[in-house]
Amino acid sequence: MDTGILHPITTAHYLVLSALLLLIGTIGLLVRRNVVVMMMSIELILNAVNVNLIAFSRHLQDLGGQIFAIFVIVVAVAEAAVGLGILIALFRNKETVQVDEIDLLKW
Amino acid sequence: MLDTFFFYAFALLAIAGAILTISLRSAVHCAIALIASLAGVAGLYLLQKAEFLFAVQIVLYIGGIMVLFLFVIMLVNLDQAARERQFHRRFWAGIAAGGATAALFAVFLLKGWGSIQLGEPAPPDPNAPGNVEQLADTLFRDYLVPFELASLLLLVAIVGSVIMAKKRVS
Repeated sequence: MDTGILHPITTAHYLVLSALLLLIGTIGLLVRRNVVVMMMSIELILNAVNVNLIAFSRHLQDLGGQIFAIFVIVVAVAEAAVGLGILIALFRNKETVQVDEIDLLKW
Repeated sequence: MLDTFFFYAFALLAIAGAILTISLRSAVHCAIALIASLAGVAGLYLLQKAEFLFAVQIVLYIGGIMVLFLFVIMLVNLDQAARERQFHRRFWAGIAAGGATAALFAVFLLKGWGSIQLGEPAPPDPNAPGNVEQLADTLFRDYLVPFELASLLLLVAIVGSVIMAKKRVS
């Protein structure tokens, strides 16, 4: 059964989905004030990249994409751990998690 | 046919979870929406025959990172923050930048799609071993040095986050 561009699922569908996730993550990073939610947006962006890598890994039948996705996940874990540590230190000093109230370095 | 159905189900879960993540007010609700989104992405990995990454996504992302996020949300007491303004002062600038990027993507897709040749997907090898076995072979044969460097990175991250989060001892 052929129903136009919606069926069957091709690599292009995954690329469009990845672009949408990246877009949503970027908007979240730009508009939210809460640092925790901004870090969640970063996780969304990294996931969008991973979807892309996996789609091309399947498309080319090359496992390099999946290996790279594993490394992206490792870096995401390290980033989340250090970022949340910084956030706790910041909260201890400034009593806030709103990004626009953290302006010590702003001239 | 079943593939099509599951693709759209998981894609809907991922996109809806992502939109809820950036729009809900309470950070705990955001974290739960993000868990739904990550689960959708995990399902997409399964559809793409990346079984190992599916397991890693569930165990590490949903089980590890999101629990870490929830812990920190409990530690920093976001009740105060939830009552305040939710969005940054530059809200409309952010929306405009996102909209411009979306328009770029749309123009690219509508105008330029015909000129991109993705090519036919390569046929899967019928004699290939399972996904985990193949991944292990590739990771430990061709990517051993990056693997070891990743362990170093994780060590540095552990030490760094402990130093960041510990109380100053005077």
